Amino acid sequence: MIRFEDVSVTYDGAAEPSVRGIDFEVPEGELVLLAGPSGVGKSTVLGAVGGLVPHFTGGTLSGRVTVAGRDTRTHKPRELADVVGTVGQDPLSHFVTDTVEDELAYGMESLGLAPDVMRRRVEETLDLLGLSDLRSRPIATLSGGQQQRVAIGSVLTPHPDVLVLDEPTSALDPAAAEEVLAVLQRLVHDLGTTVLMAEHRLERVIQYADQVVLLPAPGEAPLLGAPADVMAVSPVYPPVVGLGRLAGWSPLPLTIRDARRRAAPLRERLADREIPDHTPPPSAPLPAPPALRPAPFRRRVRLRRKPEAGPSSPTPYAAEVRSLAVRRDRVQALRHIDLTVSAGETVALMGRNGAGKSTLLSALVGLVEPSAGSVRTGDAVPHRTAPRDLVRRVGLVPQEPRDLLYADTVAAECAAADRDAEAAPGTCRALLTELLPGVTDDTHPRDLSEGQRLTLALSVVLTARPPLLLLDEPTRGLDYAAKARLAGILRDLAAEGHAIVLATHDVELAAELAHRVILLAEGEVIADGPAADVVVASPSYAPQVAKVLAPRKWLTVAQVREALS
Amino acid sequence: MGVPPRERSRAWGRVGAGGTLSTPASAPTPHQRREPVHPGAWWLWALSLGTAATRTTNPLLLALLVTVSAYVVITRRPHAPWARSYGAFVKLALAVLLIRLLFTTVLGSPIPGTHTLLTLPEVPLPDWAQGIRLGGRVTAEGITFALYDAMMLATLLICVGAANALANPARLLKSLPGALYEMGVAVVVALTFAPNLIADVQRLRAARRLRGRPDRGVRGLLQVGLPVLEGALERSVALAAAMDARGYGRTAQVPPAVRRTTAALTLGGLLGICAGTYGLLTAAGGTYGIPVLLAGGAAALGGLWLGGRRTVRTRYRPDRWGARAWLVTGSGVAVAALLFLAAARDPAALHPGVVPLTAPTLPLWPAAAVLLGLLPAFVTPAPEPALPPEPEPEPAPVPAPVPAKEPS
Repeated sequence: MIRFEDVSVTYDGAAEPSVRGIDFEVPEGELVLLAGPSGVGKSTVLGAVGGLVPHFTGGTLSGRVTVAGRDTRTHKPRELADVVGTVGQDPLSHFVTDTVEDELAYGMESLGLAPDVMRRRVEETLDLLGLSDLRSRPIATLSGGQQQRVAIGSVLTPHPDVLVLDEPTSALDPAAAEEVLAVLQRLVHDLGTTVLMAEHRLERVIQYADQVVLLPAPGEAPLLGAPADVMAVSPVYPPVVGLGRLAGWSPLPLTIRDARRRAAPLRERLADREIPDHTPPPSAPLPAPPALRPAPFRRRVRLRRKPEAGPSSPTPYAAEVRSLAVRRDRVQALRHIDLTVSAGETVALMGRNGAGKSTLLSALVGLVEPSAGSVRTGDAVPHRTAPRDLVRRVGLVPQEPRDLLYADTVAAECAAADRDAEAAPGTCRALLTELLPGVTDDTHPRDLSEGQRLTLALSVVLTARPPLLLLDEPTRGLDYAAKARLAGILRDLAAEGHAIVLATHDVELAAELAHRVILLAEGEVIADGPAADVVVASPSYAPQVAKVLAPRKWLTVAQVREALS
Repeated sequence: MGVPPRERSRAWGRVGAGGTLSTPASAPTPHQRREPVHPGAWWLWALSLGTAATRTTNPLLLALLVTVSAYVVITRRPHAPWARSYGAFVKLALAVLLIRLLFTTVLGSPIPGTHTLLTLPEVPLPDWAQGIRLGGRVTAEGITFALYDAMMLATLLICVGAANALANPARLLKSLPGALYEMGVAVVVALTFAPNLIADVQRLRAARRLRGRPDRGVRGLLQVGLPVLEGALERSVALAAAMDARGYGRTAQVPPAVRRTTAALTLGGLLGICAGTYGLLTAAGGTYGIPVLLAGGAAALGGLWLGGRRTVRTRYRPDRWGARAWLVTGSGVAVAALLFLAAARDPAALHPGVVPLTAPTLPLWPAAAVLLGLLPAFVTPAPEPALPPEPEPEPAPVPAPVPAKEPS
């Protein structure tokens, strides 16, 4: 159905081809997963299927790509629209119209299908994706998972033979991701649709794949094979495969079910071992966050309405939230939140899309004003503290780290960060070199990879040495290596005494890092406790290792490795 | 794929057993889409009210017109982003009113008046600026005249705002002829550019706060300018790629003869319209003006219709011009027509004098005519109730709070 014949793509101005020697075939009706570390050209390969590379992106494509017998060299993307449906990474930049129903119909309108056919397919697709209650809603008001499903639905209605998806579940919570994957599986099984998708979170998708195309490194030829075979040699693999490699199982298990069947001997071996504590509490309290409250900025603290709630009553916690409620656009985003975070503690905030995780983080940095209750970070009330004072108390790395970066070179960015934080010149650059060796001063922040950009933003925030560090969805778009590096950095920071709060959908990251997990639903805290207890109790949020080795609360492969050694 | 559509639809079931249904009551009932009124009808209604407003300077009548349109907007506007633009138009109208009054106060007014409210110090201007006055006497008559005049303009603006709030601009463009549709889509996409830009600016200003820089002030706005434009550009490119991949701009093959005829008809028609209009406006061309204009219009329409054959695009559930649309349009047109009539028969009531200063009175039957404009509030369906953004459904059970039970 899709055929790559010795394809390599060189973008304009690049010395080296982005991908080279791509030569494989995807048979009809298979779900093929494109895996590999960041920056190996997965998006380029996906774009080439729909003809967007090179017709839209520019560059030179040598070799030949054919889809359903049509050569992308002679067919423009619009002429492939009836056989290929493409959904990019960001569903929001995919929408042309403004309501769900019109969006589903748009592709068919372009193809000129008859009105009664369009009507029938829109209804079918609304049902298939469970969107019928949202049909007349403006797309802008939908949650992330709903938007992703609308984006998939909008390319499904013309009944394409091939569906190309770039990271369809990265932005979704575990439950929403399962829903999207269930839809994909049904398309493959019932309709014979051919699906080619790229995804970093292999633990979510590997079990659905018929074949895996692995791009091991930039410019290297791809490896095609059955998932278990490819995973045996892949540099990126989900925890269940990691556990299988550790225990020497062959063939490697890809699903929890397979792994559990094999795991009985391993469970026995581990039965009398103690579960190593991978998130030790900080040995020492935070080495005195420098000059937290020098006299001059006392007057800069704006005390507008309630002077008694001012800086007079510092909290012993890094952050203290008491019966917090926030209303945003007539929606009660948070209600009755009680929460304390101590120094050196890592807290994972979890919950479905739209549960209020980001709002809570925003309240902690004073971006939103509480409508009731109080928020205190150290000695400051965030929304009443001037920004330049606040950065030394609390730092937030937003969902899109690029928002924090303005300058056009890394060096300029670091210099600006030193000025903003009133830190000694060179502080930020030293931090960055420590966290991410090998980034030159004159690199443009835009040219960094997702993981590098995140680390740069993290260094910028850490320049002010805030005792409380917040991260919003830090692992979106990161491959396993970048994620492991981030986990190491954060663990060190926690050991130094920083309190860390991360809002994340990534259960594996939470399992690896967090001392405590807080689950939010509809703006309320529904569970708050030690990570092992909270995540293991929920099938959606349990990490793979915990599911395999239940009932004991092993959370990560690293723990098992340590216990066995 | 080779699966016949019928089998296919049978195979397509529902995912996740009622997964997205937030209210159990709505699960079994098929969702009924209330047929919205044709957006063109709302525009005609609102523009008619605006036209009516140009016929009078009576502040009571103008206030009544504003009230009528505001009532319809408040009861009938949908809960959608574009409907919020009404507030912006009202603010714009108020700004126009204030600016007009300010100018009259500072620059004086040609209206002779005897009631002096205050005397500003007059700035002597050189000879070449003759006819311009800065400061000086401010009379009640002058202010009143300016107020009436500005109210008319403000009412017009508010009426346009009402149309914007009531009719989805995207749906209006859907009613364009096929040849213009693609252009219409481009316009709609361009229109969504501004709200996205504003959202970006807000996000990046918030991010400035995270960097420890003040998040208010003009400097802050300027510094985020470049990243905002960069982001907007990137998004536009991504959207263009998505549109292309979804078949935007597919054209059908048409014989060259048809193509040439289309071009000739469109160009000839436009020329005809120009010549006809010129004829109508000049004294000499009174005889040939109207026929040429009509012929030109017909040729242009023919060109558009033929041009539509190049596009393969079809319409999904186009808006129908039903009885309600007729009623909505009719009520607006009636208001306009009756006020034209009133302006012709009783100009004094619709243009209350300012010299000498008299209190305006509400002329009864033009007021009754304006009330006709309320009809849409009763004949059109109420908008669907607003829903908060729904969180994702989650089939997974809520984990028990700690200490969790350990299955043994």
